Amino acid sequence: MNAPVNGESPLKSEHDIVLARQLVRKLTQELGFSLVDQTKMVTAASELARNAFTYGRGGSMHWEKTNGGDRRGLKLVFVDEGPGIPNLELAMTDGWTSGHGLGMGLTGAKRLVNEFAIDTKVGVGTRVTIVRWK
Amino acid sequence: MEKIPILRMGDFLLVTIQIDMHDQLALKLQDDLSNAIQQHASKGVLIDISTLEMVDSFIGRMVADISGMGRILGAQTILVGMQPAVAITLVELGLSLPGVATALNVERGMEILRRKIAADGTDERPG
Ligand SMILES: Nc1ncnc2c1ncn2[C@@H]1O[C@H](COP(=O)(O)OP(=O)(O)OP(=O)(O)O)[C@@H](O)[C@H]1O
Ligand SMILES: [Mg+2]
Repeated sequence: MNAPVNGESPLKSEHDIVLARQLVRKLTQELGFSLVDQTKMVTAASELARNAFTYGRGGSMHWEKTNGGDRRGLKLVFVDEGPGIPNLELAMTDGWTSGHGLGMGLTGAKRLVNEFAIDTKVGVGTRVTIVRWK
Repeated sequence: MEKIPILRMGDFLLVTIQIDMHDQLALKLQDDLSNAIQQHASKGVLIDISTLEMVDSFIGRMVADISGMGRILGAQTILVGMQPAVAITLVELGLSLPGVATALNVERGMEILRRKIAADGTDERPG
């Protein structure tokens, strides 16, 4: 049987964040990412997983091994049904936090990947999609 | 309860972070460290992260908080053993960790601390 090319992992506890990180490490290794690229994707995933857990009241991480032309990559989607982000421009500013963070999670994660998109709606939730190519 | 051991090495304290940190554990470590710094009048804290395969903003904040707290209590913090892939990623993430010095390994970290402390000693101003 072939290894699955997509899946889902819950983000309902701190421990789930650890498991999500381990899963992303494994997937990037399977895709043949360099150690630095693995670390970048794992770190971005850690930031977004923690946001979904901390601000989004928990959610899930969807993953997919994807092809773009002749490149292979990993796509991750972090979904929560939390309060949403009222001011996305502000949230996407280096150093801005509504809590006690460093305010580097979203902007930092964006810098660590090749593609980054946020879809958020107040009262509905937040969905962050990232892709990193090999 | 989980606990991160704090090792005393003369004037310094050594903390090795090996497991995945979470909020509760990070707070406990800060608490334990501030007690240990006061109890031993420690002049420096070495945080060994050589086994960490990733440092995100959560761990970054923990290190920054420990370093800030240490400074208030008269101890300097030095981060040792960061893996190259982690260092490269940290720069791109945008974490500069102001005021936190880094060193290749524990021995180098101790050297740097000794030198800093000696320099601070001669620098001291009255009042
Ligand atoms: N999934 C989410 N749901 C609701 N709000 C969010 C979500 N993710 C981020 N935010 C908001 O965006 C702000 C910025 O997020 P970012 O991850 O950049 O920083 P932080 O989490 O505050 O700190 P850091 O990640 O550096 O520890 C957060 O403080 C929060 O207000
Ligand atoms: Mg964050």
